[in-house]
Amino acid sequence: MSGSRTPQKAGRIRPAPEQRRSFLRKSIGLAGGTAAALLGARAHAQPAGDPAILNLPAHSTGLGQPVAARGYGSPSVHEQNLQRRESPGLTRVPQASVAFAPLQGFFGIITPNGLHFERHHQGWWDIDPRQHRLMVMGMVRNPKVYTMDDLMRLPSVSRIHFIECGANTGMEWGNVAVPSVQYTHGMLSCCEFTGVPLSALLEDCGFDAQRAKFVLAEGADGSGLTRTIAIERALDDTLVAWGMNGEMLRPENGYPLRLVVPGVQGVSWVKWLRRIEVGDQPWHTREEALHYIDLMPDGRHRQFTAVQEAKSVITTPSGGQQLLDKGFYNVTGLAWSGRGRIKRVDVSTDGGRNWRVARLESPVLTKALTRFSLGWNWEGGPAILQSRAIDETGYVQPKINQLRAVRGTRSIYHNNAIQSWQVAQSGEVSNVQAY
Amino acid sequence: MSRLISLIVAVLFAGAAIAQPRYPGIGRTATPEEIRAWDIDVRPDFKGLPPGAGSVKRGQDVWDTQCASCHGTFGESNVVFAPVVGGTSKADESTGRSAALQEPRYGRTTLMKLPHIASLWDYINRAMPWNAPKTLSVEEVYAVTAYILHLGGLVPEDYVLSQATMADVQKRLPNRNGMTRAHGLWETKGAPDVKNTACMRDCETSGKIASQLPDYARNAHGDLALQHRIVGAVRGAQTAPGPAVAAASPASNPAQVLAEKSGCLACHGVTARMVGPGLREVAAKYKGHAGAESTLAARVKGGGVGIWGQIPMPPNERMPDDEIRTLVKWILSGAGQQ
Repeated sequence: MSGSRTPQKAGRIRPAPEQRRSFLRKSIGLAGGTAAALLGARAHAQPAGDPAILNLPAHSTGLGQPVAARGYGSPSVHEQNLQRRESPGLTRVPQASVAFAPLQGFFGIITPNGLHFERHHQGWWDIDPRQHRLMVMGMVRNPKVYTMDDLMRLPSVSRIHFIECGANTGMEWGNVAVPSVQYTHGMLSCCEFTGVPLSALLEDCGFDAQRAKFVLAEGADGSGLTRTIAIERALDDTLVAWGMNGEMLRPENGYPLRLVVPGVQGVSWVKWLRRIEVGDQPWHTREEALHYIDLMPDGRHRQFTAVQEAKSVITTPSGGQQLLDKGFYNVTGLAWSGRGRIKRVDVSTDGGRNWRVARLESPVLTKALTRFSLGWNWEGGPAILQSRAIDETGYVQPKINQLRAVRGTRSIYHNNAIQSWQVAQSGEVSNVQAY
Repeated sequence: MSRLISLIVAVLFAGAAIAQPRYPGIGRTATPEEIRAWDIDVRPDFKGLPPGAGSVKRGQDVWDTQCASCHGTFGESNVVFAPVVGGTSKADESTGRSAALQEPRYGRTTLMKLPHIASLWDYINRAMPWNAPKTLSVEEVYAVTAYILHLGGLVPEDYVLSQATMADVQKRLPNRNGMTRAHGLWETKGAPDVKNTACMRDCETSGKIASQLPDYARNAHGDLALQHRIVGAVRGAQTAPGPAVAAASPASNPAQVLAEKSGCLACHGVTARMVGPGLREVAAKYKGHAGAESTLAARVKGGGVGIWGQIPMPPNERMPDDEIRTLVKWILSGAGQQ
């Protein structure tokens, strides 16, 4: 028993400063001691104590850095592992590609601006905000041009919403394809966006409330990305936003102006927004006639599939991770729904056979990421971790086989299946499909 | 009576809204010229389609110089983007359903999917060519669209596509009937198509692992240990270093920034051959050659074909000479190679 307590893949874990491996070797003699006791004991190093405590470090015995040494602060040098990254082989050209957000390292529900996922169709630009214009035209009484000055003088609102690419988890419709949550679910972010409701601008231009059925949103970048949005959506909670987590949007996320369409897939959140046209028919632009269409088993494509249905994923422990030791883990992850609030999240540690209700951390906001967690004592055996979101409409996040039964395996978009992470006896966690 | 009153109130209110805007001093009326400059969208009913025409023959010229480098001579290439042409048949033209979309073994080409000719015209007009969008004339957009249709066998080689003939072509598109909006995923209040239940105890499962990560995929995203925090409940697993997964970081060298900005790296890897040769391959080939700098500068400016293969490199006539010099010097110096 004491032998099995030794992490067999301890070599995989970087030795901790307190020389954990030699400590563990000595601890093997503590037969009958629990894994939790082992973890607890680690804080009391041998023989006199922990060198990190006994030997005062430079930062306790010297003078630190002055204020404003870095005019715009950046993360600790020890945090450089968390970066947004491409998935090798996914795309051929870096201007029409994706950089995935490192969900494995996030806390709470807010995505730091520098780690927000990226998806561009024809490269990104850093646009001079003084030269940026928004035109609202089409079926309006008075077509208007707004400068950033104009827009930022208007009464603004700030709201927290998730944004998820419709193709998030798209690589996993068939078989398991990628190793970690960064690549399975990393086309997902959540920020506090600040802007003016699109409805205010449409009303300011006197849109034709009788005949208007749709609006077209168009970007100022080379792709001139365009998406049709139903007028009900445009008048509901859609924002024309310039703010992101208290500062201006980042260039990669549409600086200085983007659309925020809560609950709807990211492609509709048009970046570098230059124009809103009011019309009475959908436009069937390239991004709704050739891409962002879901291929069904009968060879038809579903067009205008926009809503991101309820979904969740455990971020710790998750694929490509190594558990430190047996004992307590706070299983935690993210849940979200494009149809409203998350009502409940269930967690299974046995591949979906038995479930427990997880804790939801506040705030629980509509169309925003919700953090859930559940305590788990890993006793060293194999386990399969799953999470299952239920939103306020009562919709239950489906299993991958249930999705496939209706939509086949070739639709690419809108895979909101329950994610399974297998924990091996070695403590290594890997991506699997189990249902 | 009450309806009349509310009508009068509505009219008065509308009148007041015009006289006194809700946000005085915010925004201004767009001029007709401004609207014309930006209102470029073309709808399936051809609203917004400018008058004009372009022949298949003219389209071939445009294609060969501006499109073939990425899409292949016949629109068949999948090197950079998914193929534009292929996978459709005469039978599809009559049914309006791409039969190949029902066969899982086929990839999907543009013509296999395209439901509206307007969508193709609009996209070429707004976003092509890749590194110089919105620079084609109306005639060129018609012509390139015609050429793509010709490559797909939909129109003969003497065809002229025009504002008047777009509707004829629409009637022959192989997948014009291949789309459906019969689903609940358009509106946030729509009805879901897939249902699960929230069973809590002894739920039905297969008890098997249906799919697991292949070894090559475990190792294909670089060392996961270096993609996780160095403290916390877990560490990243040490995986074999695959191809380096570059973190998204801006290029520091001005010439490299230029190469990215100008779209060079869309076709040339720094080391790897993509559509064109890797930049360091170019440096190696011209190492020690007198006059290499001006030779390459001329080729960047005017385009070329036949030195590295038969896919032509498009001209970059709009790129300033000093930027080309900076770029060429950087390439010849090994493109950042230490």
